[in-house]
Parts: sequence; structure tokens; C-alpha cells
Amino acid sequence: MHTVAKLIDTTLCIGCKACEVACQTWNDQEFTLGTFDGSYQTLPDLAPNFWNLIKFNEFERGGKLSWLMSKYQCMHCVDPGCLRACPAPGAIVHLKNGIVDFNHDNCIGCGYCITGCPFDVPRLSPTTKKVYKCSLCSDRTAVGLEPACIKTCPTNCLTFGTREDLLEKAQSRTAELQADGVAAAGVYNPAGVGGTHVLYVLANAARPEDYGLPRDPSVPLAVRLWKGPVKWLGSLVVAGGILGAFFHYVRYGPKKEHADAE
Amino acid sequence: MDGQMNRRGFLGSSAALAATALGFDLRPAAAMVRELKISRTTQTQSVCPYCAVGCSVVIHTLGDKAHNVKPAIVHIEGDPASPINRGTLCPKGASLKEFVLSDRRLTRPLHRAPGSSQWTPIEWDDALTRMARLIKDSRDRGFVAADSQGRTVNSLATVGMIGGCTDTNEVNYLLGKLRFGLGIVPYENQARL
Repeated sequence: MHTVAKLIDTTLCIGCKACEVACQTWNDQEFTLGTFDGSYQTLPDLAPNFWNLIKFNEFERGGKLSWLMSKYQCMHCVDPGCLRACPAPGAIVHLKNGIVDFNHDNCIGCGYCITGCPFDVPRLSPTTKKVYKCSLCSDRTAVGLEPACIKTCPTNCLTFGTREDLLEKAQSRTAELQADGVAAAGVYNPAGVGGTHVLYVLANAARPEDYGLPRDPSVPLAVRLWKGPVKWLGSLVVAGGILGAFFHYVRYGPKKEHADAE
Repeated sequence: MDGQMNRRGFLGSSAALAATALGFDLRPAAAMVRELKISRTTQTQSVCPYCAVGCSVVIHTLGDKAHNVKPAIVHIEGDPASPINRGTLCPKGASLKEFVLSDRRLTRPLHRAPGSSQWTPIEWDDALTRMARLIKDSRDRGFVAADSQGRTVNSLATVGMIGGCTDTNEVNYLLGKLRFGLGIVPYENQARL
């Protein structure tokens, strides 16, 4: 089965924030009034009811201030750290089309996924005590529609398609940019999480930090250990205990009360 | 005897609990996605009311237009069939649902009398009658049938007309009829505002 992806060509983003509005509207989320802190960004950070933020990264180029626009949302990792960390069965599901979706009926609100996420995306709601993030419009993509943010994008900065096609498109766009003199252009598809279903074309791929993206994200070691070797070791100990109890019962029988106990 | 049974039951349940907590849970992860909220809505094509680009939108309303349904707008997004925007919308266009459903939206004509600072509600009939009266009066005063050299001009320069980017061909046809019928000269479009 082909997996779906979103390609973000940061060189085409004009910071219009139509994707933010489309996301809020499609997901029936209230607009939160923020405070002006000197930035054109809608809000300083993601929120439980705000899953898609256009970051206006300020950057100096030739002594002049310029913006490096980047779209900040769930990256839908091929190897999702949130899913690795999640202890509640069925709360985080990895759909066949590659989307990492949260099922809030099963979410217990422990917030471990926040620790497991190398991109710091999930947000815990203080009112519902559940964790929220971009679902890549799993309801729309399930029936063959494109995600709301991608549909609305007026500059063709966002593209939706199969991951293979978009990886190809990202490569050809990179080649185009390099031919135009943007030598440092490149694709952001970090290998540390097995690649992502949200791909970026960056004008300066050598410095993803300038776009607010981690250089080499990976699932934290503690999460890997805890849900890997430690989990199996723990299971072994418990199984051994049960087995031991069983054989103890077989060998020695039930506990006998001493006659003088009463 | 009771004690033994309880102990056995306790062992069994704690084993099951441990198995679940430590990863032996074989229940399949429920791969359920949210129901598409526009799967059976009525789709109506319309035009975004904001700027002069005139992007097409699709308005999704509850129900299938059956007699017993009170339709309500549940979603608005770009119309992919439009050659103008091909489904895309700017942030203002993307927020159209909030615009349509806003509790501050004007739903009836308001009148601000000359010299007044207050808007007062007015009935459509009264508003249209008053507008027609004022246009007629203004035309009676300002109509020029012939210019200084005696040439027929039939022009009216004291009344202006303004069109909007979302006016359809039919609306524009009627506006043209009205304009040429009255001889109106000042003619402007919202697109240039």
C-alpha cells in the first residue's frame, strides 16, 4: 500500500497562515486570542487546540532581517517516538497509510508521548487531560481527500501525494533550486526516526535549526530502553514469578496452616 | 478453603494484569478514524465575498434538502472545480464559516438617519422604497438630457453605482440594465477599492 505524505516547500511559503485557519476550521477548534510579543507568528507555540503553526523564524541575511518560514506540526514519523512511549493500547495508532493518529477514547493522558516525541509536538490539554496533535486529517485522507491545510495553500507550498512521489518531487525541486543558485538547498527527511511523512524542502538544508527543526531527531534512549529490553526483562521476571509459584504449588501443595496458629 | 480460592483468583488476575501492562496484550489496536463530517452534506457552490479574485467555494450544509431538514452550514472550503483558485483559499476565505455564522453578522437592513450617530433597524420594504424615492428625486434634480451644444446625452452624474467582485453574470447584467436605464455615469467596482 502506498503511504501518503505532505511536502512543505519552505521557499514558497509567504506566511499567509491560510493553513492554520483551514486546520482550525476543519477540526472545529476555537481561535485563541494571543498577546502581541513582537512577532508576526499567530501564537508562540502549538497548543492542545492549535495543531499547525507557521513559524516566522527570524534570520539575518546580508545584514538584513528576513524570515525563514516553516510549518510546525506533527511529522508523522515512520518510526514514531510517541507510539513507542505510549502505554495505553490503541491510544496512538499507526495507520496503514503512514499517518500517526491519536484515538482519544483510549488516551489516558499520561503524557509519555510528549517525552517520546523528538519534535516536541503533542500537547496535553489541561481541561480534557488528553493529548492532541495534527492527525494529517486522517478522516479526510481515509476517503481519498487531501488534508485541509494542503488543500487551502494558495502558493502551492504544500503538496499532498504518495510518499514516493513527494520524495521524488522534493528531489527535483531541490535540483531546481540548486540550478537557480541556492546551493545549500536540500530535503529534510530525518533518518533518525526512519524518515517522516511530512517532508521539507529547505533553502539551507545544512542548518535545519534555523527553521526550528531538530538537526538529527531520534526517539529518546530512555523510551527505547523502557519499551524495548526493559519491558521484556520485566515481562520475564513476572512470568518467572508466576511459573515459580505454579511449580512451588505443584511441589509443595497449598499453604498449610499450623495447628497452633489458632 | 475460601482463602485458597481467593489466593488462586488473586494470582490469576494479577498474572492477567501483569500481562496486559507489560505488553502481552493481543487486542488489536483499534484503527478507527474520525467520521468524515462532510460525507453526506449538501454541497452548494458559491463565491468568496472578500477580494476581487473571486475564489469559488463549496458550502457544506446539513441534510440532503429533504423537507423536514433545517439546513445549517457545517463547513466551507475551496472549490477544486474553479479555474480561479482550484480549491485553494487565503486565510480570510478559509475562515468563511465563522464569517457566515458570526453572531455579529448583519441579517437585516439598518438605517442611519442624517445627523444621527445611531443605526436603527428598518424593514426591507421601507428600505427599498426609501432608496427608490431618493434615487428618483436625485435623478429628477440632476438628470441632463442634452449637453451645452444641444447633443443628447441622457446622463445622470449625481448618482453612483458600485459593483462587487462576487456579482454573477446575471447580477451584472441587471446592474447594467439599471445603470444604462437611469443614465448613471459614476460606475465603480469593489475590486479597485
